[in-house]
Amino acid sequence: MAILLIAEHDNASLSDQTAKALSAALQIGPDVDVLVAGKGAKAAADAAAKLKGVRKVLLAEADELAERLAEPFAALIVSLAGNYDTIVAPATSSGKNVAPRVAALLDVAQVSEIIEVVSPDTFKRPIYAGNAIQTVQSTEPKKVITVRTASFQAAPEGGSATVENVSAAANPGVSSFVENKLSESDRPELTSAKIIISGGRALGSAEKFQEVILPLADKLGAAVGASRAAVDAGYAPNDWQVGQTGKVVAPDLYIACGISGAIQHLAGMKDSKVIVAINKDEEAPIFQVADYGIVGDLFTILPELEKAL
Amino acid sequence: MKVLVPVKRVVDANVKVRVKADGSGVELANVKMAMNPFDEIAVEEAIRLKEAGKVTEIVVISIGPQQAQETLRTALAMGADRAILVKVDETVEPLGVAKVLKGVVEAEQPGLVVMGKQAIDDDSNQTGQMLAALLGWAQGTFASKVELDGDKARVTREVDGGLQTVELKLPAIVTTDLRLNEPRYASLPNIMKAKKKPLDEKSPADFGADVAPRLKVVKTEEPGGRKAGVKVGSVAELVDKLKNEAGVL
Ligand SMILES: Cc1cc2nc3c(=O)[nH]c(=O)nc-3n(C[C@H](O)[C@H](O)[C@H](O)COP(=O)(O)OP(=O)(O)OC[C@H]3O[C@@H](n4cnc5c(N)ncnc54)[C@H](O)[C@@H]3O)c2cc1C
Ligand SMILES: Nc1ncnc2c1ncn2[C@@H]1O[C@H](COP(=O)(O)O)[C@@H](O)[C@H]1O
Repeated sequence: MAILLIAEHDNASLSDQTAKALSAALQIGPDVDVLVAGKGAKAAADAAAKLKGVRKVLLAEADELAERLAEPFAALIVSLAGNYDTIVAPATSSGKNVAPRVAALLDVAQVSEIIEVVSPDTFKRPIYAGNAIQTVQSTEPKKVITVRTASFQAAPEGGSATVENVSAAANPGVSSFVENKLSESDRPELTSAKIIISGGRALGSAEKFQEVILPLADKLGAAVGASRAAVDAGYAPNDWQVGQTGKVVAPDLYIACGISGAIQHLAGMKDSKVIVAINKDEEAPIFQVADYGIVGDLFTILPELEKAL
Repeated sequence: MKVLVPVKRVVDANVKVRVKADGSGVELANVKMAMNPFDEIAVEEAIRLKEAGKVTEIVVISIGPQQAQETLRTALAMGADRAILVKVDETVEPLGVAKVLKGVVEAEQPGLVVMGKQAIDDDSNQTGQMLAALLGWAQGTFASKVELDGDKARVTREVDGGLQTVELKLPAIVTTDLRLNEPRYASLPNIMKAKKKPLDEKSPADFGADVAPRLKVVKTEEPGGRKAGVKVGSVAELVDKLKNEAGVL
């Protein structure tokens, strides 16, 4: 009943989404091996070996794995699949890219974005933007599962697993990496931040977004999020989008500024511990999920809040 | 080059679905249906590629009940050339859909398949990747830009850290993200014209596809609710509550 967990990392360091998905994997079964696929990724593999509960780390390195292109990455996972009954990946952009490819190559169904492990073959997952929760049972000979990491605590350190090198599979050679344009920031990542401050369409421009939201984020040590409307309008980059089709987050404190609270946005943040809403429309649906609401103009409230902290 | 665009009929994005009292699923009777929004973006992208002279024919396909015809007619009215309805009344899981699509690809031989990254009903985000796997093709998922150049496609993808560009050998699968384009509305004359465009009806068996479900849905329930809290009158009161009541500052 061994489990293969696909690590999320950037070669240099291991993402804490791996530790969160590990918690889900350990609820499925005790024998969890972690696959670190990359290039120059020894540091990430060593970090995975320190997580408590990891049996063994498999390190596969190759040029075509440096950016985890779906085609060679899936081929690698399939080449290792014989030793495992369950393959688990965090539902990151990389995990969502590769896991269904693996499932189809193994001719099995995938269970996407589980939020709870009911038993080793039964899971809960949200559908319809989180408006319903489905319990699904998979009796497939191999289970392929992605994990909504916001629903699981990170597994702690305290392990000392061995790191074993494995070879990459033959590269299908149909794709190549061109470039990354990644957001550079000293702020915490959205998916691991304790506090998130998010801006919506009400910000009106990229300049205003930066002028009003960012100083407050820096003062709070918070990550910055945005609604789809703010991203579509170019006020914020795509990787800040929170929601059904963006990132799903569950910080201790989520502050929604000038966001109406459409179901697609709520789907990404309604499991936050404490929600604050700032909106000038007292009927805005965001107030229905907010623990604390202030009705008013965010352009006067946010500078005040920054001063009060 | 021919492009294939799979489109799914789903509950309209503006509807808040309700769970049936007996836990057997969600209430779909008398609910407004529409084309999956990501598939509208896929249809739009195919039309733009045709307008740019890179594509000669756009074939749209839906796997679903008779009413999925309406979704196909919408795609035809936007500008697709021809439609295929693979009629199935039961829910088909992403793997089953991918198997039907594989059969259609083998019959139609498109140079590119453009589809949604995610259906907003099952929120699976699987079918495109699965189809790419079954065909042994390259995949460019979560696309915000697609450029065709000879036998290659350059796809910019929305990833967790920002944007990533990959180059794919054609034929390939592209799945759309929200920022790829803004879909057009069909004009009234085009809606009329679409009624005369060809729409073929097929069955999964015509493509040798097994669409039996592999997963068992044990039950469907309402999510844990969250109740509205309090409105505070001032910033000072908010800061006080966050520090002393909620303990999050
Ligand atoms: C397929 C699909 C997927 C989607 N995925 C997502 C997703 O992942 N994430 C997401 O966020 N959305 C998503 N959406 C979009 C979603 O439906 C909403 O359109 C979007 O969330 C609205 O963004 P908003 O709240 O910023 O804008 P609006 O709805 O326009 O709200 C702006 C709010 O600001 C308030 N306001 C205006 N001025 C001020 C001021 N000066 N001070 C205080 N308040 C002010 C207004 O009262 C209003 O409530 C998706 C939609 C579709 C169809
Ligand atoms: N029944 C279907 N008919 C046609 N296309 C579908 C169907 N189901 C899924 N798709 C396509 O696959 C994409 C992803 O769906 P999913 O994997 O279910 O989230 C959708 O955006 C559609 O393009």
